[in-house]
Amino acid sequence: MAYRIVNKSQLSENVFRIDVEAPLVAQARKAGQFVIVSPEAEAGERIPLTIAGADQEKGTIRLIFQRVGKTTAQMAEIPEGGALGYVAGPLGRPTHIEKFGTVVCVGGGIGVAPLLPIAEAMKDAGNTVVSILGARTKDLLILEEQFTSLSDESIIVTDDGSYGRKALVTEPLQEVCARSPKPDLAVAIGPAIMMKFCCEVTRRYGVPTQVSLNTIMVDGTGMCGGCRVEVGGQTRFVCVDGPEFDGHQVNFDLMMRRMDAYKDLEKRALQQYKDHQCKIGLDRK
Amino acid sequence: MPTHPVDIDMNEQEKYLQELLTKQAQGQLKPKDRYAIKPQDMPAQDAVKRRHAMSEVALGYTETQARLEAMRCLQCANAPCVEGCPVRIRIRDFIGEITKGQYDRALEIIKENSLLPAVCGRVCPQEVQCQERCTVGKKFKDVNMSVSIGRLERYAADLAHGGGQTPAVAPPTGKKVAVIGSGPGGIVVAADTRRAGHEVTLFEAFHKPGGVMVYGIPEFRLPKAIVQEEIDVLKKMGVKIVCNFIVGRTRTIEQLMKEDGFEAVYVGVGAGLPKFMGIEGEHLVGVYSANEYLTRANLMKAYEFGKGADTPIAVSKKVAVLGGGNVAMDAARMAVRLGAEKVYLVYRRSETEMPARIEEVRHAKEEGVIFCTLQNPKRILGNDAGQVVGMECLRYELGEPDESGRRRPVAIGGSEFVMNVDTVIVAIGNGANPLIQQTTPGLEFNQWGNIVVDENCRTSMKGVYAGGDIVLGTATVILAMGQGRIAAQAINTDLAK
Ligand SMILES: Cc1cc2nc3c(=O)[nH]c(=O)nc-3n(C[C@H](O)[C@H](O)[C@H](O)COP(=O)(O)OP(=O)(O)OC[C@H]3O[C@@H](n4cnc5c(N)ncnc54)[C@H](O)[C@@H]3O)c2cc1C
Ligand code: SF4
Ligand code: FES
Repeated sequence: MAYRIVNKSQLSENVFRIDVEAPLVAQARKAGQFVIVSPEAEAGERIPLTIAGADQEKGTIRLIFQRVGKTTAQMAEIPEGGALGYVAGPLGRPTHIEKFGTVVCVGGGIGVAPLLPIAEAMKDAGNTVVSILGARTKDLLILEEQFTSLSDESIIVTDDGSYGRKALVTEPLQEVCARSPKPDLAVAIGPAIMMKFCCEVTRRYGVPTQVSLNTIMVDGTGMCGGCRVEVGGQTRFVCVDGPEFDGHQVNFDLMMRRMDAYKDLEKRALQQYKDHQCKIGLDRK
Repeated sequence: MPTHPVDIDMNEQEKYLQELLTKQAQGQLKPKDRYAIKPQDMPAQDAVKRRHAMSEVALGYTETQARLEAMRCLQCANAPCVEGCPVRIRIRDFIGEITKGQYDRALEIIKENSLLPAVCGRVCPQEVQCQERCTVGKKFKDVNMSVSIGRLERYAADLAHGGGQTPAVAPPTGKKVAVIGSGPGGIVVAADTRRAGHEVTLFEAFHKPGGVMVYGIPEFRLPKAIVQEEIDVLKKMGVKIVCNFIVGRTRTIEQLMKEDGFEAVYVGVGAGLPKFMGIEGEHLVGVYSANEYLTRANLMKAYEFGKGADTPIAVSKKVAVLGGGNVAMDAARMAVRLGAEKVYLVYRRSETEMPARIEEVRHAKEEGVIFCTLQNPKRILGNDAGQVVGMECLRYELGEPDESGRRRPVAIGGSEFVMNVDTVIVAIGNGANPLIQQTTPGLEFNQWGNIVVDENCRTSMKGVYAGGDIVLGTATVILAMGQGRIAAQAINTDLAK
């Protein structure tokens, strides 16, 4: 079966990790790229997910996703051994990796997942990696071990102080930026609002910052323009021009509004999906 | 066959046809008798009911209608209509077969030159191609009086529905051909190279093959089942179809040729990349490219949102569609079907300059689309939540003709006014998708990002051929198909060497 899920685990209440058979994607992918997936072969919604890792020998790619709407809820239901409708990719331009010096990697919530392959590649290229991971609460923190073992220094924060420091990621980020010498590059991936504030901090210290944008997408090949964002006053398509951009140039306010566009409809779809499941008894496991 | 609401009594028509046929058999049918036959109207779904229906609007001729329409053809010795057809279908001859009731023969003749008659009969801009040259139209000095060649083509194609035979395939040559993109060009190349015995793989980025015919042109104009039938024929011929495969990303053209053993590659990836106007407010929520709007609606079946389809689409009350081509008409008519109360079509020039097919303009009007010509947006207005609440427009007048020969629209100073809308759909054309360019060093592109080819559709890279919108810019189904034919021939010739 194509696109089979060969391995599945739950990283936190709503975060799942799956290894999916997609040999060509596993072979071609580079850090920073993403795939378009759908739980169904025909009518399903297409959503972008960053490739969190790959095993070329097994021909699998690793995806980490958070259950938020109907599509991700449906994906979370697919058991190990089951299959996704399809996986298309790898899409987007790979992250530019080179030896910069010190790179500070900031990940918030589910953004920690796409950050991992970038942090790994930065480390492999000979950089000193400082990682800052943030979550709302202890149970939502993911991939801590992987980050601590690869980073030269790692800082954990939670909003409620249930684990690590009680702070937002911007606080340690500011401290790291204030060091001398200051870091050569920051990479921030997480909710749009987090990236926005990270960029405000790094801008003050003149630290170049890359962000990875996870906008709404349809085709992922540049055909629809649904993923457009304003960068440096110009319209850019996240799927072909990105997903990584100079964070200091991104108009986050516009982007956040666009990402909210379908919130109500999504809630409705999720509700309908849940109602439907109750009716057919899917939730009784 | 659906039953047709026709104004004229069917028996009357039948009798009339028989009289004409008898006269013809006696060799007494004169051109003036043919001129006297009224152009046959295409039966269509009721304009009010179809505002809520996705099913096809134009229902197709009855047999009597088809034969009457065919009798209008003068069988001109020089057949000027053929000159107007981009693929030179032997129009006079196939129409002649229809008058005789030899429908299979008619289709055979069409298929000599066109592989997708059911599609072309529906979507070709006949009024600027074959029908523009038709002697009958010339006689009446009205292109609308020309023989309805497209409708007759559709009639012949629809009759064979499902019964079309699978073309024979030559013995295996052991050579591999890759076709990138499953639009009309790609489909033709796949069929023609497979027929020659090559092993053919068709790669498509989307999860369904068919190109613009599937994700762009809506069901109510081109039923998806028709395109699916063509894809099924390819499968029966042994063409391998691989979806969710993005050439340039999943594998590059170089990898396909050097590592995967493809000796010829046809690039038919279409136009892609929608253009925006570059005006204030284009990032507001509720502004779509027509590509996005139509893809959500067609391919992802957003109109069934919540009923199994999961792709959301904005629920719009007042929609402005910007543009005057087929894409704009499709988007406007789709918005009507998705429940919009008011749909405005905003176009810079006047109706005469609209590039859309006449029939689409007529259908759009019948369905209640409000035409706002000689107007153009200046900026899109939003509220605090970033949603569209209106569009500021300017009025235009027509000035001197520009390079394209069309009169240039000139803004009237101080004519600003606000149009009350919650959704704006931009349908002002597409640029070339940069993906192949970014990932294929050595392939020559022009300044607009279109692939450069010679008259045989060969590119600057040996073994690589291209055609359709990625070469021509935004073109038509028939032009893409025609280039596919040429490219396939070049591939077959080159591989035989
Ligand atoms: C809404 C709309 C209405 C139209 N109406 C008409 C009409 O009435 N009459 C008419 O004649 N023409 C019409 N056209 C234009 C016509 O559809 C196109 O000119 C024609 O389809 C172009 O064909 P093509 O072979 O170039 O490929 P396309 O149909 O453009 O298909 C290209 C395919 O390639 C795929 N692809 C792209 N990149 C890659 C990649 N890297 N790897 C793999 N696959 C890839 C795409 O997903 C797509 O499926 C319309 C277009 C639109 C959008
Ligand atoms: S030009 Fe018109 S009348 Fe003459 S052969 Fe062609 S379709 Fe018939
Ligand atoms: S997702 Fe359609 S253009 Fe980027």
